Amino acid sequence: MSQVYALGVTESQKHLQLISIPRREVGPSDVHIHVEYCGICHSDLHHCRQEWGDTMKPSVPGHEIVGKVTQIGSLVTKFKVGDSVGVGCLVNSCRECKPCGHSLVQYCTKGVVLTYGSPLTDGTGHTMGGYSQAMVVDEAFVLSVPTNLDPAAVAPLLCAGITVYSPLKHYGVKAGSKIAVLGLGGLGHMAVKFASKMGAHVTVLSRSEGKRQQALALGAESVLITTDADAFNAARSTFEFVLDTIGDEHDVSAYMDLLGVDGTYIMVGASPKPFALSAFSLIMKRIKIGGSAVGSIKETQEMLDFCGEHGIVSDVEVVKAEYVEKAWERVLKSDVKFRFVIDVAGSLNADTVVQV
Amino acid sequence: MSNVLAIGVTETQTKLHLLTIPRRAVGPNDVDIKIEYCGMCHSDLHHCRQEWGETKKPSVPGHEIVGTVTQVGAKVSKFAVGQTVGVGCFVDSCRECKECGDDLIQYCAKGVTGTYGAPVKDGTGHTHGGYSQAIVVDENYVLSIPSNLDQAAAAPLLCAGITVWSPMKHYGVKAGSKIAVLGLGGLGHMGDENKKPEALALGAESLLVTSDKEAFKRASRSFDFVIDTVSDDHDLASYLSLLGTDGTYILVGGSPKPFALPAFSLIPKRIKIGGSLVGGIKETQEMLDFCGANNIVSEIELVKAEYAEKAWDRMQKSDVKFRFVIDVGRSLNKDTQVKL
Repeated sequence: MSQVYALGVTESQKHLQLISIPRREVGPSDVHIHVEYCGICHSDLHHCRQEWGDTMKPSVPGHEIVGKVTQIGSLVTKFKVGDSVGVGCLVNSCRECKPCGHSLVQYCTKGVVLTYGSPLTDGTGHTMGGYSQAMVVDEAFVLSVPTNLDPAAVAPLLCAGITVYSPLKHYGVKAGSKIAVLGLGGLGHMAVKFASKMGAHVTVLSRSEGKRQQALALGAESVLITTDADAFNAARSTFEFVLDTIGDEHDVSAYMDLLGVDGTYIMVGASPKPFALSAFSLIMKRIKIGGSAVGSIKETQEMLDFCGEHGIVSDVEVVKAEYVEKAWERVLKSDVKFRFVIDVAGSLNADTVVQV
Repeated sequence: MSNVLAIGVTETQTKLHLLTIPRRAVGPNDVDIKIEYCGMCHSDLHHCRQEWGETKKPSVPGHEIVGTVTQVGAKVSKFAVGQTVGVGCFVDSCRECKECGDDLIQYCAKGVTGTYGAPVKDGTGHTHGGYSQAIVVDENYVLSIPSNLDQAAAAPLLCAGITVWSPMKHYGVKAGSKIAVLGLGGLGHMGDENKKPEALALGAESLLVTSDKEAFKRASRSFDFVIDTVSDDHDLASYLSLLGTDGTYILVGGSPKPFALPAFSLIPKRIKIGGSLVGGIKETQEMLDFCGANNIVSEIELVKAEYAEKAWDRMQKSDVKFRFVIDVGRSLNKDTQVKL
């Protein structure tokens, strides 16, 4: 066991601060990773600010991790010291249930072990994430990062990227598909990049003109201003897919109207409050609404390889560890293009004082 | 044009009563049908009692129609006088859109013409349904009823039957699939052990009593499909627990109030909720042929026209095994007085 520095919240201190956390000994199947970068996901906030319920303390978030292998266990075959690797939202699963057997580990029926905030299977505590100097992870949950990509810009692929890549494939988005992307944040901007690279016709839905240039630069063919009633009406029933990445309350039924017969509404935004779903909006055009959760390890690796081949990464703003609370405030205002990434190796150390 | 007797509601008389409605003259593509039987669908109630919004009057419902061809237009090729035919939920469509071309007529982009309550294309009024002595329909919207089937018991196939057949095929229910059926009505609430013998007699392998919390919990994640036929308010989100990873919740019950759905109910198991609306003509004919080949009909209670309002009251309490059918041919006449 070793101690490392991390940023986390405790029972007494509600803002992120420098703390020390234990990392387990490197077991036979483990990979020890020196964390270089960690993306800031809105889930990190939801979790630490207890918006999704009580959490075990200390809470150390972060599940978009890129770093270098510094040690491997004796049974490890997939990685060697010096490799550039990633860790996403999962660090373990039961490995016995049907979903685990079908490369659907994120749907493990016994409960997947998340990178932060999950009870450890041996009962000794809970998992702590990538806002820390190092991680020890079973090799089955470690990913290989293509060396031609900027590691800081790769980090958000491990949650934001796979969260949209997985359902785009699963629900059948392909070359020629007409898809509307709702929300142009961490998830939304990756959805535009992936869907357009897959050959789909992408429209970004936006409340104002301000995002037009960004949307087109990311690969969208057009922007639909949702507050323009005439434009919105003309767009009704013209899409095969709507990909909804909005994590706050919003009127799902209104956007569902954009779908034509047999359309699919893909829900990946984790809005805390229930939304109103009318039976008729599904029945009258045989529409389906489906969810999706991150992606499996196999699928995440496919996505990373696809990104390596096509030079796709996230658009990031790299920040120092001390800036993290300020970054969180800006995340809440959607004031980032399009993901913050903490320069962990370059700024998380004994002298870090988080600015509040 | 001719006048026929029907039962319907008007501006002044909001309970079903005997009235007279016009039927158009038989055009070159039309089939004139003497109505023998008409199934009572919960939609008939929703429509006439204005639960789905205001309707044009008089409202004559009924879209599970079985009858005998009495006359055919000069260009009709599919049907002959004396043949037993059916009419379901629509009697026309634009015939030009992609949906019409793909036998997705019920999803016609310009709006399908429903069998009752829909504007007639030539602007002369609105359509009247099968709670009437006769109906004139374009042959492209008429179905052939297999002669080996009991006509009265075949009537509900035209709405209730196709409404569940179509999505079961579309969403991939097949041999070996585990499917939970919610609602044991024509398409009622599954409530108590008393329904077990009926459920098993219909072909179910088991009955899950939803109010038994322990049993419900044990059934968590055990189904590939749920088909929800309940047309009243109910907590849809609570039934999603029955589905396993990648499960499908088929929604065909026309519940008037929106459901409250947490995003988290769909995300952790990648489940989807999909709707479906009746079926196309080709598809409905396939279903009818399948029923003919396998001797499948609905379980019905045959009633006289005068009983219509009482039947509706019982339908609201799910007090019917499992569909009322009006014996139109033998009980809808000038002496009919609907009992209140």
